[in-house]
Amino acid sequence: MAANPDVNNPARPGPPLWLLLELTYRCPLHCVFCYNPTDFARSGAELCTDDWIRVLREARALGAVQLGLSGGEPLTRDDLEPIVAEAHRLGFYSNLITSGVGLTDKRLDALKSSGLDHIQLSFQDSTQKMNDFLSSTRTFELKSAVAALIKKYDYPMVLNVVLHRHNIDHVEEILEMALRFGADYVELANTQYYGWAWHNREQLLPSREQLQRAEQVLQRFRERIGQKMRIFFVVPDYFERRPKACMNGLGSIFLTITPDGTALPCHAARMLPGLEFPNVRGMGVGEIWYDSASFNHFRGDAWMKEPCRSCPEKTKDFGGCRCQAYLLTGDAANADPVCDLSPYHHLVTDAVARADRPARDDPHPAGAPRLDPGEKPLVFRSERNSTTLFVKQEST
Amino acid sequence: MNQPALSAASRLAVGHGFRLQWEPAQNAHVLLYPEGMIKLNGSAGEILKRCDGAATIADITADLERAFAASDLSEDVMRFVAMAVEKRWLQILT
Repeated sequence: MAANPDVNNPARPGPPLWLLLELTYRCPLHCVFCYNPTDFARSGAELCTDDWIRVLREARALGAVQLGLSGGEPLTRDDLEPIVAEAHRLGFYSNLITSGVGLTDKRLDALKSSGLDHIQLSFQDSTQKMNDFLSSTRTFELKSAVAALIKKYDYPMVLNVVLHRHNIDHVEEILEMALRFGADYVELANTQYYGWAWHNREQLLPSREQLQRAEQVLQRFRERIGQKMRIFFVVPDYFERRPKACMNGLGSIFLTITPDGTALPCHAARMLPGLEFPNVRGMGVGEIWYDSASFNHFRGDAWMKEPCRSCPEKTKDFGGCRCQAYLLTGDAANADPVCDLSPYHHLVTDAVARADRPARDDPHPAGAPRLDPGEKPLVFRSERNSTTLFVKQEST
Repeated sequence: MNQPALSAASRLAVGHGFRLQWEPAQNAHVLLYPEGMIKLNGSAGEILKRCDGAATIADITADLERAFAASDLSEDVMRFVAMAVEKRWLQILT
């Protein structure tokens, strides 16, 4: 896919077609694979309703059309309904990305009347024990009830399940569960290693064998059910030899606003050093998108180093993911080490080799995973862990 | 989901969960669906915007032939509609 130029002026980037509002970092779940920043506890006050509505209006005027309402858990905001109503009035296609916790019949009724277009419901696993263990909550039954509610209000149902070492062997059961719920789409999204998932990477990365088994199961399942349910399988990029075209290139189509109003070209970009990301409290969305230094920084290819700069594939994959380049190599301008042309590619293959260690994890779905002795424990995403492990650590 | 068979007398509407709208910033009709968007080319947009649940494919074809001073569009329209039904962009009402 090519970059996204302005239809009337190819030298100028196109509009931020995809707007993601991370309305809050508050979340009743504590998922170990969450991509939210581990130091979210230091984040400033959340934007108020009027700020979010102003962001919607300004972004829509630029041409934004797909709206993600996410978090944290967006249902913890009691102004979600007026935000949805304004998005609908403006012509956004609104997607609620939720754990389902807090989605009562009454609330869903109000969201439907406000014009909400779609709900993506996350599940952690097909079994209660694993779901509840991985999210450090008791939510499985509740999520099942919410799935029924989504059908009742005649929404297309998209189930999202993040895959990793501890649930990828349950792909068949997960798909059966989705079929039982009457899901229209299922996203089996292998964990991307940012935020809490990055911290827990060694315990989450599946082995190559696990991945191949899952792909076989998936193929058989697709053959069996045909078009009844669409299944998207997001391959874990650590197992690839070419990087993903992350965000279609930073500053190309995607705009995230974090709970405190910081504007980012991808939801993980705040980690990138040396960039001052603007805040919607002090700058209009148009100025942020077109004129701010941090949004222009990774546009085009002037920032690229070798091997990307002279690579014919740079217009296809834009050098991969800046955040992954930074996390693995310490320099966000390096090629994404997923690429086997990167001199740092061994960092990815080494991680995969470590994941190929004999699986000592509990293979049956009834129990919580056993960790290898000597492994560091999984760290659950929580305000407390954020404060004690990540915020304090850096301030001392 | 069993839909009626497709014929020149079929009436169609935009599929469940999809929304068709004109986007000035893209100078195109787009089809919006859960977490995705299809930017339509001119002819796709012209066909889809006429699928209002009342007009038959024959009506739509005749209207397009009038609007674009063209003839023999029925095969092209039918081919596109069949593809759009397959992709669930369109649903057959009757």
